[in-house]
Amino acid sequence: MNRRHRPFVAEILTAIGLLVAPFVLRWLGVPPNTINPILIFGLLGIGFDLLFGFTGLLSFGQSAFFGSGGMVAAYVLTRTSMDNTLVALLVAAVASGVIGYLVGLVALRRTGIYFAMITVAIAEVFFFAEFNPLAHWTGGENGLPGVPTPNLRLGFTTIEFTTNEQMYWFFGACYFIGIVLALRIVRSPVGLILRAIRDNPLRASALGHNIHGYKLAVFIVAAIYTGIAGGLLGMMQGFMPPDAFKFETSGEIVMQTAIGGAGTLFGPLLGAAVWIYLSDLFKITLNLGAMWKLILGIVFVLLVMFLRRGIAGGLVDLWGLAAARLLPPRPARSGVEDAAAPPPAVLLPRARRGSGVGGPADEAPRTGTILRASDLSKRYGGIIANRNIDFEVDYGEIRGIIGPNGAGKSTFFKMLTCEVAPSSGTITFEGNDITGRDVSDVCQLGLTKSYQINQLFERLTVRQNLEIAALGVLRGTFRLDLLGSMSGVEGLDGHVAGTAALVNLTPRLDTAVSELAYGEKRRLEIGLALATAPSLLLLDEPLAGMSPGERVDTVALLKSIAKGRTMIIIDHDMDSLFELVNRVTVLQEGSILVEGTPDEIRADRRVQEAYLGGIEGESA
Amino acid sequence: MLSWGNFISQMFNGLVSGALLALIASGLTIIYGTLGVLNLAHGAMFMLGGYGGWIAYTYTGSYTVAVAAGTIFVLLVGVAMERGIIRHFYNRPPEDQLLVTFGLGIVFVEGVRLVFGSLIKMTPPPEIFRGITNLGFMVYPTYRIAALVIVVVALGALYLILYRTRIGMIVRAGIEDSTMVGSLGINVFKVFMLVFGIGAAAAGFAGIVNAPIVSIAPDVGDRYLVLTFVVVIIGGVGSFPGAVLGGLIAGQLLSLTSMIDPAYSEIVLFVAMTLVLMFRPRGLLGTAGRE
Repeated sequence: MNRRHRPFVAEILTAIGLLVAPFVLRWLGVPPNTINPILIFGLLGIGFDLLFGFTGLLSFGQSAFFGSGGMVAAYVLTRTSMDNTLVALLVAAVASGVIGYLVGLVALRRTGIYFAMITVAIAEVFFFAEFNPLAHWTGGENGLPGVPTPNLRLGFTTIEFTTNEQMYWFFGACYFIGIVLALRIVRSPVGLILRAIRDNPLRASALGHNIHGYKLAVFIVAAIYTGIAGGLLGMMQGFMPPDAFKFETSGEIVMQTAIGGAGTLFGPLLGAAVWIYLSDLFKITLNLGAMWKLILGIVFVLLVMFLRRGIAGGLVDLWGLAAARLLPPRPARSGVEDAAAPPPAVLLPRARRGSGVGGPADEAPRTGTILRASDLSKRYGGIIANRNIDFEVDYGEIRGIIGPNGAGKSTFFKMLTCEVAPSSGTITFEGNDITGRDVSDVCQLGLTKSYQINQLFERLTVRQNLEIAALGVLRGTFRLDLLGSMSGVEGLDGHVAGTAALVNLTPRLDTAVSELAYGEKRRLEIGLALATAPSLLLLDEPLAGMSPGERVDTVALLKSIAKGRTMIIIDHDMDSLFELVNRVTVLQEGSILVEGTPDEIRADRRVQEAYLGGIEGESA
Repeated sequence: MLSWGNFISQMFNGLVSGALLALIASGLTIIYGTLGVLNLAHGAMFMLGGYGGWIAYTYTGSYTVAVAAGTIFVLLVGVAMERGIIRHFYNRPPEDQLLVTFGLGIVFVEGVRLVFGSLIKMTPPPEIFRGITNLGFMVYPTYRIAALVIVVVALGALYLILYRTRIGMIVRAGIEDSTMVGSLGINVFKVFMLVFGIGAAAAGFAGIVNAPIVSIAPDVGDRYLVLTFVVVIIGGVGSFPGAVLGGLIAGQLLSLTSMIDPAYSEIVLFVAMTLVLMFRPRGLLGTAGRE
């Protein structure tokens, strides 16, 4: 709900903070040469935080970009005739962006721990390359001396920033621009999708987002931030040190961000301040040179163990506690939201493509086959999960799939949504052969699934969850509106409000998913699929784990959704399922046993033998 | 310079360092495979083995005691680390595990630096392995031959533990599916603790065996940590045979390139890693499942 917060508070506070900081710090007796490195590490930390705190990609290889950006800027300024520092920074930004793109292509092939390992290894390549093969350009172990201090050429006049005090204003301005842009990215649709990737990458891509593209984009953004900071480092020191390429540099960036608080943008600045303050305190004041990194390491381990969100996160929590104690509870805002939400029926995300999401609900219903699976099989080694399945669903049909546990129902669904590639056979959806396509493409085409086990974005609110789903339809699989705003996405609010009303979560829109009751989470799970405005909706055990009361409500919900939609539902609750569907397909041991109307299935002797008559179907 | 004799001896150098890398990497990989934790303090384990052995050597003057003491010391450090800290991270995001082991690595390195200083420490090879040996086709430092044999024996022992014992069977089952192993009534936590200890001890053992070849300093493990990553990525994360194969490949790449131009040896290694990632992302002998 960032976009409905007071606008520009963070920006204005940052500006004020940067303006008064030198005076406050001078009064405290902190020399300006301690502040400038804090700003530089704070700046590159912004990029790193976008990568780690917001997208969940922990890179231990930022030193590659820090060093490269710094070397490129220093090279431009010392070995060419160019002496405009802004131009040098621009070149550094472009260079580190290109390098970020190339590194990202390799590193982002894997996720999680693998990703971290690859970034470490790649950063080492840069370290070795700088020292040897590229020593002619980078000065090898000597680095590049003679980097000029920053300047600003305005055409009519030139402002030089030569002393530490003067440079503070230059670095402060850079930091300010950096934070303003980062805040816009965080509040943009891309920013929300990044958080979706952090919380649940599989679902983010199942909702139609090209997560690889977004990951690569944020990786490049982080590289650019880091590269510019590297350029500034050379200007601050008058010398570009090769140490910037060291693994320790990457480690420092990670530690400072974790100490300050990841996912806050300001955390890295705070972390850098604590880091540099402690370093000076131990090295200079207490004269404990060798010990300071040990103490820092211990502090860091304790922080990771007990204060996961760092200092900034801790402060936010404290503030929340204090606010809860001191301020009277705010009246629920849901009333306003309800009034603002137009009648859901109008805004139901139903048919798509052609008429568009906001189009009239009562367009001419299409007829014929919407989905056809031919001769579909899936083998896992020697185990055959599905065997030669031929399956067809018509527009407007509500189809049920039943079968004992292990009959291959979920695998069948996973193949239909292209989460799992079939071993053989083809799938045709609305005339397109979707066999072997990507799950996000299939979602974009209008085929999506609600999961048997909730796949939600736990750290976000209900509204944000629905927005992530809606953004898939409204923006397509990939769009780089990094600086766009959420309110700029046409039809988003209506779409979200409509879906929320449909799954009866309107009063809970601004609640965090982690605080929802199980039944509510289950409805949100269905809501996420609905918000993609599918023309064919698959529901994998929508009633799983529900109490009898919740079942009644959910069946009513499904009935209301069913109007004008095409759905396929798997469930073990036969009474509820037969009430909902037109036709039933029975799977047994990976193959189709029989297909027919609910009455036919009830009467079918084979089904009774195989399933109904035998062990009573498990309800969960 | 590119003589046949030089080539053979570089191959041998590659074999020695490759076997060493294989041992360190198999320690990292069995921990990761079983517990799902990537121990960024693994380089520090290597370093602690070297220091533990060096202390034992200065008191006893015995190489055997030094190797045993260094290994057991790191085994205990590993067990304590798992019990005290890592255990609380199994249910936390993998990023937290990376952060905490990274921090622990710094604590170990800086703790050692504080006590023993930054200067290098020499552990001499035992009397019988000093000098050089004429192998007929070339003359080679005796200790390096001995180290190769010792490391190969250690790898063999690790193989026997993993593939011929009950605990090894549990570990391999745990690599496939640790939840399932737990539900079979096996105390997974006890196994985890042991695996972490053994994995760390493998690195510690390598650390002390390597100490007479390359003298130790507090940050000696850092370079090995990065190389170990490369080995594991090439071989396949979580795969013991992959770690061995990756180690041998990395050893040869490093030493054969350095014969031509030492400046490029690490770079060639990382290029190899990138190629593996592009054409076989799970590693040469890795299985698809675990990320």
